[in-house]
Amino acid sequence: MKTFSLGGVHPKENKLSCDQKIKIIGLPKTATISLTQCLGAAPEPLVNKGDKVKVGQLIAKGNAFISANIHASVSGTISKVEDAIDASGFRRKSVVIDVEGDEWLETIDRTATINNDVSLSREEIIAKIKEAGVVGMGGATFPTHVKLSIPEGKKAKYLIINGVECEPYLTSDHRIMLERGEELLIGVKILMKAIGVDTAYIGIERNKQDAIDHLSKLAEKCLGIKIIPLKVKYPQGGEKQLIKAAVGREVPSGKLPIEVGCVVQNVGTAIAVYEAVQKNKPLIDRVVTVTGHSVKTPCNLHARIGTPISMLIDEAGGLPENTGKVINGGPMMGKALNSLDVTVVKGMSGLVIMPEKESKRPTVANCIRCAKCTFACPMGLAPYQISLLVESGNVERAEEERVMDCMECGSCAFTCPSARPLLDNLRVAKNKVGLLIRSRAK
Amino acid sequence: MNTAILFAVITLSAIGLLSAVILYFIAQKFKVIEDPRIDQVAELLPGANCGGCGFAGCRNFAENIVKNESLENMFCPVGGNDVLKQIGPVIGQVAEEKEPTIAVLRCNGSFANAPSKSKYDGAKSCYFMNSLYPGDNACPYGCLGAGDCVVSCQFDAMYIDEVTGLPVIIEEKCVSCGACVKACPRKIIELRKKGKKSRRIYVSCVNKEKGAISRKNCIVSCIGCGKCVKECKFDAITMENNLAYIDFNKCTLCRKCVAVCPQGSIIELNFPERKVETTNETVKEN
Repeated sequence: MKTFSLGGVHPKENKLSCDQKIKIIGLPKTATISLTQCLGAAPEPLVNKGDKVKVGQLIAKGNAFISANIHASVSGTISKVEDAIDASGFRRKSVVIDVEGDEWLETIDRTATINNDVSLSREEIIAKIKEAGVVGMGGATFPTHVKLSIPEGKKAKYLIINGVECEPYLTSDHRIMLERGEELLIGVKILMKAIGVDTAYIGIERNKQDAIDHLSKLAEKCLGIKIIPLKVKYPQGGEKQLIKAAVGREVPSGKLPIEVGCVVQNVGTAIAVYEAVQKNKPLIDRVVTVTGHSVKTPCNLHARIGTPISMLIDEAGGLPENTGKVINGGPMMGKALNSLDVTVVKGMSGLVIMPEKESKRPTVANCIRCAKCTFACPMGLAPYQISLLVESGNVERAEEERVMDCMECGSCAFTCPSARPLLDNLRVAKNKVGLLIRSRAK
Repeated sequence: MNTAILFAVITLSAIGLLSAVILYFIAQKFKVIEDPRIDQVAELLPGANCGGCGFAGCRNFAENIVKNESLENMFCPVGGNDVLKQIGPVIGQVAEEKEPTIAVLRCNGSFANAPSKSKYDGAKSCYFMNSLYPGDNACPYGCLGAGDCVVSCQFDAMYIDEVTGLPVIIEEKCVSCGACVKACPRKIIELRKKGKKSRRIYVSCVNKEKGAISRKNCIVSCIGCGKCVKECKFDAITMENNLAYIDFNKCTLCRKCVAVCPQGSIIELNFPERKVETTNETVKEN
């Protein structure tokens, strides 16, 4: 069974909602669409207070190189263009739309027929993806059109589709693979054409056997697409780990996957690409898993961007008593929300609701130099050492220890028997080293 | 037996003598000539090595003073004017008298004034919390209370008050070295003029949000109403980005702004208690 070689942990899977079909939830009364939904520069708003918008209309344009467009996910009147709390808790620019009916732009194909014909050229595909504001749906929200524009002098050999979903609890990608397999494979074909490769691998962990079987059957008809079952291990969904697991290539430190001829895309992104290219539908909705042991009905919800998360939680049976944390994303890499006023964004793959007892951090003890974190680190770092270095303010040494390779998977903090805040310190180190590098560049 | 001892003593003495001669000439050759005034200045300095002067420790400060033979822009916040006055004659300069300063916390978002809306249980570091979220009281400008400033203080002049959750600066111990100013990721702490009898007036808020938003999170936040600016006859108060700031060089400590602030964000320190009539009069004048 294939997997990556270095480090990794196996947290309890807790895939509570893996048998729940994706449910489309209704429209909210008002939708607050944050303008900081992608990595890179925030797009510029194109609408003003009082404007009427239709579903799919462009409301903010990304002008910078790394930026993505944002479209209206509901129809109605714009009531405010101002700062509102986003998933980080800070106030950021948002567009608030009072929902009136559900009027879509005529150009969007809303029929259920599956359009199998990939006739557009490479440039046309990338232009359409850029126009539709597609970003990486796994959580990092890197604009997809930037990732697909391969830099000059480099050549892609493999497209790797990330169906790993190694985070515990989350099941949105699993359900997408089961329910929208055909569309997914067309999306993969489009992506293959966009980067000019004839081999695509879909990596899926073995705990999703039904998805592996289903997609393998469908992929028999598609030339060049192969399903790779992977051993269950966290963080296999990390780009570099998945490349190592699927094709056995190792991305050098500080380099991008294209260096070894690979481009990695999430299954959610592939669906978004299918909709953007074949159906002219911009990225205005996504599947969000709402789950947790205390939640009445853990479920997978198909929600429009900008829907308040309280609506999603109500759909799953309401916020349970004694809730300690509501985590945006999975329990390993996700971030606890400090307000429930936030709305669904493009990168929100799940909401994990944890009771107070489960969510509390154990008391921190001293480091006993057991090196469990070093064995668990998938990037081959020594987290305990970097953590101590940053605590004593030795940022230069932390840089030498290659802290910028850290992808914040949290395996180190997960294994630490002393419950030390290793990930927290690594994030501080990355932040400080980043400042150092930028000040040097000046 | 005896000859063996004698032989050993003589050879060792000869080696010792020869080495001494060699070492003497080497020492002469590589002699470091140091200005004796550096030692004199260094001895006068407090030896705290806090870095408050901007140099790497007291010795480095002394070296720079002697090298430049000038006291311009050189100030030891720990020793203050007294030490500089003593250093003056050593290098033949007269030290400029500087007004003593002190660290001031410009946030009053205590647990009572700005109630917590969430509970943080991650790593205890303001720097980290600041990169993560606005804070438990949801004020993106306010004090996070994890005590990076307390850790940075080498003079034990700070501690976190458990009732308010805010750091407290002990006036007698603070030497105004500025370590806490650098440590605070939100730039809340400022070095301000100590003032006569330690009397100070300052706006205890750095929130730049609009009043309606900031007031939701904290009942003593500056809302940028501008009443203090109108009230001040000395042009000491400026209003920028919904936030008032009192220039301590212009402020005459008349306390009129304190009386008109509707939010109570302007704080007066170490003043005698007000007479009730004066307060009423100022209100009537409006």
